[in-house]
Amino acid sequence: MSKYKIILNGLIKENPTFVLLLGMCPTLATTTSALNGLSMGLATMLVLLCTNTVISCIKRITPGQVHIPVFIIVIAAFVTLLQMFMSAYAPDGINKALGIFIPLIVVNCIILGRAESFACKHTPLESLCDGVGIGLGFTFGLTLLGVVRELLGAGSVFGVVLLPETTNMLLFILPPGAFITLGYLIAIFNRFKAK
Amino acid sequence: MEYLLIFISAIFVNNIILSQFLGICPFLGVSRKIDTALGMGAAVAFVLTLSTIVTWLVQTYVLNPLGLQYLQTLAFILVIATLVQMVEIILKKVSPPLYQALGIFLPLITTNCAVLGVAILVIQKDFNLLSSIVYAFSTALGFALALTVFAGIREQLSLVQVPKGMQGMAIVLVTAGLLSLAFMGFSGVDLGLRQMMGLQ
Amino acid sequence: MVMVLVGFAIVIAVLLAWVNHITEAPIKAKAEKTLQDGIQEVMQTQDMKVTKNDTIRQMADGKETVFVVHEVANQAGKGIGAAVESTVMGFGGDLKVLVGFDDLGKILGYTILQTSETPGLGMKADKWFQKDGKGNVIGKSPATGDLAVSKDGGDVDAITASTITSRAFLKAINQAYAAYAHKGVDGDSGASKQI
Repeated sequence: MSKYKIILNGLIKENPTFVLLLGMCPTLATTTSALNGLSMGLATMLVLLCTNTVISCIKRITPGQVHIPVFIIVIAAFVTLLQMFMSAYAPDGINKALGIFIPLIVVNCIILGRAESFACKHTPLESLCDGVGIGLGFTFGLTLLGVVRELLGAGSVFGVVLLPETTNMLLFILPPGAFITLGYLIAIFNRFKAK
Repeated sequence: MEYLLIFISAIFVNNIILSQFLGICPFLGVSRKIDTALGMGAAVAFVLTLSTIVTWLVQTYVLNPLGLQYLQTLAFILVIATLVQMVEIILKKVSPPLYQALGIFLPLITTNCAVLGVAILVIQKDFNLLSSIVYAFSTALGFALALTVFAGIREQLSLVQVPKGMQGMAIVLVTAGLLSLAFMGFSGVDLGLRQMMGLQ
Repeated sequence: MVMVLVGFAIVIAVLLAWVNHITEAPIKAKAEKTLQDGIQEVMQTQDMKVTKNDTIRQMADGKETVFVVHEVANQAGKGIGAAVESTVMGFGGDLKVLVGFDDLGKILGYTILQTSETPGLGMKADKWFQKDGKGNVIGKSPATGDLAVSKDGGDVDAITASTITSRAFLKAINQAYAAYAHKGVDGDSGASKQI
């Protein structure tokens, strides 16, 4: 499989948000605005790139029985690193908005899922490409959801006001709006894929 | 009184699935039948309460005194993974019927973010051990409640003809949205109770 | 097998300890800067320095509540008031505000440090009560009687559809003033004794 194909696979055919429906918790919780969705996507992608590459490198020296524990330790380590760097250098607003969902990247099924199903069977470079593809797919999904919710709920995109306040439908920023928006986006995505 | 408030707030007002978005994967994955939903709910209630107690103790008596707070995520996930394995082994030996009922759900629980989420939340909220236990248990009850109610709706939903584009997960998510909307009706109830009891 | 697991654990523990060591200082510096900026904002002046930080614990609503009073002086050393951190139970959880008082107890400014209010409704509190907001509290003084929303017979307009959040917000300010005034009286009597 060519590198290009691997990346495209993660973006469309196995898009984690719209097709595989993995990592739903941060997807629904942090997409109250486009910026929050984008940041969460990028944070997850960063962890995925590191874990995919490292796990692919160490797959030979880890015996089968301790595969999972070692993977979990590696993932938790990268998440902790991300946590430290984010609280040191990322803006306060982002840290506050993502909150508990940063440490919870550890239990994001995408990360462990890709480690198990892709990284431990492919070369480090291919695994990196897979990380890029899936990561971009996830970031795309979260940003799109954030854009739609912010536009309908607050009348703005990335903080730029586009609609007057009277058209704001608060529901879309509230928890029910997350479920409903994602439901309709999946329906649209299915339609688009079926063609 | 404080405990009663935590209890009601965790089940209805700040329902872990419908308003905090933790544990969505099992919520969407194992909510096709009421029976499985009940089994999953019971398994989560058990593991969630147990793991919150253990992680609270680890944080208070190991990480805090040694100044190792930055190892929190790593330590907690290892504790939870080990605990789930142990529960599985013990249950298999001690009570085979219970193992048959809950066993298949146990491996799924390690990557249930509700478990790790609650463990981290009780530390962030600065709860003492008893509050943590009450909070963990009532959160798990809220999880089981939402899961079971949703499974009931989905059983009905499977009898309905759904437009082609909306079939599968799309209609399930929209339904979940409506359920979440219904639960929003509880918001503010905890504050009202607090006022009624003369705490505020 | 066990060796591999232990090996990984050790490598990762060392790595995390090292990164923790290098990010500790920036994280602390950032927290301090955020607080400093917050105090400057609510005191509405650049010409200031914090002279004293006091943590006051008092029972409110059957729960121990913590107030932090940052006493502020201008560069010449003259006391110009204090910025007070105050926490109350809001609509969806704790509502924490930082509010600046001049030495007579008049509100100079406020900022919201932590909130779990309904996004879009209660969240509006960060602008609503500012000088050009609809429920302006700047310049009012809790010294001449507690602030209250117009529904409760006060003179502050509550946020549309968020009376509870508005009440909670005003309560936070009233309590902050109580903590500050109490402090001030103590400080004065202490000073007069010295003379």
